[in-house]
Amino acid sequence: MASKGIKDRVAIVGMGCTKFGEHWDKGAEDLLVEAAYEAYGSAGIDPNDVDAYWLGTMGSGVSGLTLSEPLKIQYKPVTRVENMCATGSESLRQACYAVASGAFDVAMAIGVEKLKDSGFSGLVVANPPNDGTPACMTPPALFSLLAPAYFKKYGLDPEKGKDVLTRIAWKNHRNGARNPKAQFQKEVPMEAIRNSPKIADPLGIMDCSGVSDGAAAAIVVRAEDAHKYCKNPIYIKALSFVAGPAEGPLSPEYDFTTFPEVVASARDAYAQAGVTNPREQISLAEVHDCFTPTELVLYEDLGFSKRGGAWQDVMEGFFDLEGKLPVNPDGGLKSFGHPIGASGLRMMYEMWLQMRGEAGPRQLKNPRMGLTHNLGGQPGRCVSFVSVVGNQIG
Amino acid sequence: MTGIVSYGSYIPYRRLKRAAIAAVLGVPATRGERAVASFDEDSVSMAVDALRDALKTAPGAEVRSLIFGTTTAPYLEKLNAAIVGAAAQLPAEIRAIDSTGSIRAGLSAMLQAAESAAAGGGHAAVALADCRLGAPEGKLEQSGGDGAAAFIFGRDNVIAEIEASASLTREYLDSWRTPGERFAHSWEERFALTQAYGPFFRRIIQEVLGKAGVAPGDLAKIVLDAPNQRAAEEALRELKVDPARVADSLALTVGQTGAAHAALMLTAVLPSAKPGDRILVATVSDGADAMLLKVAPANANFRPVHSVGRMVESKGDVTYANYLKWREILPTEPPRRPDPDRPAAPPMMRAEKWKFGLIGSKCRACGTPQLPPQRVCVKCRAFDKMDPYPFADRHGRIATYAIDRLAYSLNPPTINAVVDYEGGGRFLCEMTDCEPDKVAIGDEVEMTFRRLFTADGVHNYFWKARPRR
Repeated sequence: MASKGIKDRVAIVGMGCTKFGEHWDKGAEDLLVEAAYEAYGSAGIDPNDVDAYWLGTMGSGVSGLTLSEPLKIQYKPVTRVENMCATGSESLRQACYAVASGAFDVAMAIGVEKLKDSGFSGLVVANPPNDGTPACMTPPALFSLLAPAYFKKYGLDPEKGKDVLTRIAWKNHRNGARNPKAQFQKEVPMEAIRNSPKIADPLGIMDCSGVSDGAAAAIVVRAEDAHKYCKNPIYIKALSFVAGPAEGPLSPEYDFTTFPEVVASARDAYAQAGVTNPREQISLAEVHDCFTPTELVLYEDLGFSKRGGAWQDVMEGFFDLEGKLPVNPDGGLKSFGHPIGASGLRMMYEMWLQMRGEAGPRQLKNPRMGLTHNLGGQPGRCVSFVSVVGNQIG
Repeated sequence: MTGIVSYGSYIPYRRLKRAAIAAVLGVPATRGERAVASFDEDSVSMAVDALRDALKTAPGAEVRSLIFGTTTAPYLEKLNAAIVGAAAQLPAEIRAIDSTGSIRAGLSAMLQAAESAAAGGGHAAVALADCRLGAPEGKLEQSGGDGAAAFIFGRDNVIAEIEASASLTREYLDSWRTPGERFAHSWEERFALTQAYGPFFRRIIQEVLGKAGVAPGDLAKIVLDAPNQRAAEEALRELKVDPARVADSLALTVGQTGAAHAALMLTAVLPSAKPGDRILVATVSDGADAMLLKVAPANANFRPVHSVGRMVESKGDVTYANYLKWREILPTEPPRRPDPDRPAAPPMMRAEKWKFGLIGSKCRACGTPQLPPQRVCVKCRAFDKMDPYPFADRHGRIATYAIDRLAYSLNPPTINAVVDYEGGGRFLCEMTDCEPDKVAIGDEVEMTFRRLFTADGVHNYFWKARPRR
C-alpha cells in the first residue's frame, strides 16, 4: 500500500531563487522577498493571485508571520513547515496537495534559511530540554559513519575510498562553476579536495557542503490551468516523503551503507510516477549531497547504481554533467551550501531551468524526467523526500 | 565476623610523566609518573568505576548504606553519593553520605561502614575517589594522583576480617582550602612532620596493635598513608619492619590519590595476601585512623575484576599542555559552536535508570534488547511489553565509528562509535581513553560512567565506551 500520488495533476508555473552565499547585507526577510517576487514575475502573476502559502524554514522564524509580514500578504493562509533538512521540499509537497485538492487554485511554496548570522561554524540546531544523554555529534561526524562501513563492506581500501569521495566533490564543484547562483563558482582540483583539512575522518572540509544563506520559491497550480500562466510548465509526477522509525542507532541489523528511508521514499515515488528503471529513465537528479559519502550511498538507494556499484559509476563518470545520469548538475549542496529551508526548492529550481532549456552552460540535452531528493537527520535515523518531475504529461 | 566482602579499584588510563612537567616549568623533576583523570572524569565517575567492580564480585550483597569519600566532590551542595549510588544501581532504600574534608575521609568512611555492617545493617559500601590538584610548580602537582577504590563490608563470606580499629582527631593547621579555592594551602612541611604525622602514626599504630594483641613483627603487610610520603617512610623506619612487608606507596606509578589512597594501596596488596595474614592500614591527616585486618580463607578464591597491577599497566600518556587544559588551569579560545545545553531536571529524573544506570529494555514478545529503553519494540513493534535490561556490564564491538574534529572537546578529536553488544542491542556513543589512529571496526569495548560536560554548573554524567582494559 503506497501513497496514491498526484501524477500530472499539479504543475509548477513559476520559480524564483536567490543567489546562495554569505549575504551579510540581507536578512531572511530580504531573501524571502527576492525569491517570492522572482517567482511572481516568472509566473506572470500579481501577489494577490496567490491563494495560499507554505513557508519552509528550520530556524529563521516561526509561524506564517515570518512570510506574511515582509510580503504584506493580505489576510491569507500561510503555513510554516519544518522537516529538518527536507524542509524546503516539504513546503512544496504541501502546496502541491493543496491545489490538487481543489481547495486553492494558486499556491506558493517558499523556503528560506539565514545561517550566517549565528556566528557559529556549521549548522546549529536547538534541542528541546532533555536528560543530557543524546549523542552530541556534529553532522559531518554523523555522516562520516557511512564511510568506514561502506569501504569495509565493499572491500575498498581507505585510499581508494577517499578517491571516490573526492571525485564526487570534484564533480559537484565542476558543475557549480557553471552556475551563477551557486555559493562557490570555481572548479576545485582533486588534490585540493583530497588534502583539505580533516573534519571527520576520512572527510575533509571539502567533503562537506558549505554554510550559506538563500531562499527559493515555486508557484503551483492544477495541471489543467498551467498554460494560463506559462508555455512550458513542469509537471509533478511524484511526491514521496517518509519518516523512518530510527532503527539505525538501535538495531545491529542496520549496517550504515544505506538509508532505508530513502529506499522507501524512492520506491514510493517511482510507483507514483511509473518509473521502473530509474538508471535509464531519469534524465537528471538533484540529490542531498550534504557530505560526499551521503551522495555515494544515495546512488544505490535511489536505484541509480546496483548495491556496491556506486563507487565504480562515480569513477567512470556516470554521474558527471556529460555522463548518462547527471547528478547535481547545478553544483549541489556542495556548491550552494545548505540553507535548510531553501535547499529542496533550489533543487527544484534546477529542474525548472533544465526542463525549460534555461540552464545555460550546464544545459543538458532534452531532459524529460528529473528527480529531486532531500534528506534530514542522520544515517539510520532520518526523513527522506523524493520527487519526480517532467516537462510532459504522461 | 565483620570485614571486607569485596573490593574494586580504579586507576584512570592517562599518565602524566613528572619529567614532562619539569621540562615545561623548568622545575626539578621527580621520578615516575602520576595517574590523571581524563577530561571527562571526576571523583564521582571514578568512584562509580571502582564501586561497580566491587559489586560485581559481591553477588547477592544487600547494600544498605553508601559513603562516598573524597576531598574533591564535584558538587559542594547536592549529594554526590546519590550519583554514585544511581550509577552503581544501588537500591533507593539506602543511607548515603558524602565524607570529605581531609584525605583521611577515606579510611574514616571505611571504619564507619565496617561498624554499620557489624551492627547488622546488611552490607555497607564505600566508594572513595580523588583528583589531586596541585598548583603548577608545587609539590602536590607532581606527588598527587587520581584514582579510586571501593569496598563492600558485611558479616558473611568476608575475605578480610577487621580485628581492630582506632581513631584520633586533632585540631592543627596543615593543609586547607576554602570554598572557591582550587589549590590547597599548606603549612611549613617540618611542622606537620615532627608535630603531627610522626607522633600520630606512632600513637595510632600502638593503639590498634595493642587492641588486637599483635606485635609489629606479626604484620604481613603494612599500608601507611600520609599527605607527605616522608612521614610514612619515617614511621616505617621506626617500626623496623622488613621492607618486603611494606605496601607499595604507588608513588612512582600513580601518585597519592587523596582520600582513596590508603584504600587503593590495600586493594593492591589483598590479592596476594594469605589466609591468616595481618594487614595494618593507617592514614594520618587531621589526626589519624587505623584498621587492622586479618585475611580470611575466602580471600584465596577472590579475584578483583580489575587488579591494581593491571590498571597500572593499562595506560596512555597525556601531555602537560593537555593536562593543564583538562584542569582548566590553562584557558583556551572557546569554540565557534554553541555551549552545550544544561540537562533538564525533570527529564533526568524520569530517565534516572537509563541515564545513570544504563538500563535499557528488552522486548518480552521477541526478546530484542534495545537502548535507550523503548515503549514500542524496534523489531516487532509490540507495545509496552518491555522489561528493564541492563547494559552497563556488557561488552560490545564497534560496528562503525566517527572521528569528529569539529565538535568541541578538551581532548580533540571526539571519537564516536556504534557499539553492538554481545547478546544484542546497539548504541551510538562517545568513546574515551582511546587513540584516534587505533580505533577499528570490530574492536571490543566496555562501558564507563563519565562526566560528559558541565553546563551552568550542572555536571552532565552519562556513559561512554572504552577499549577493554
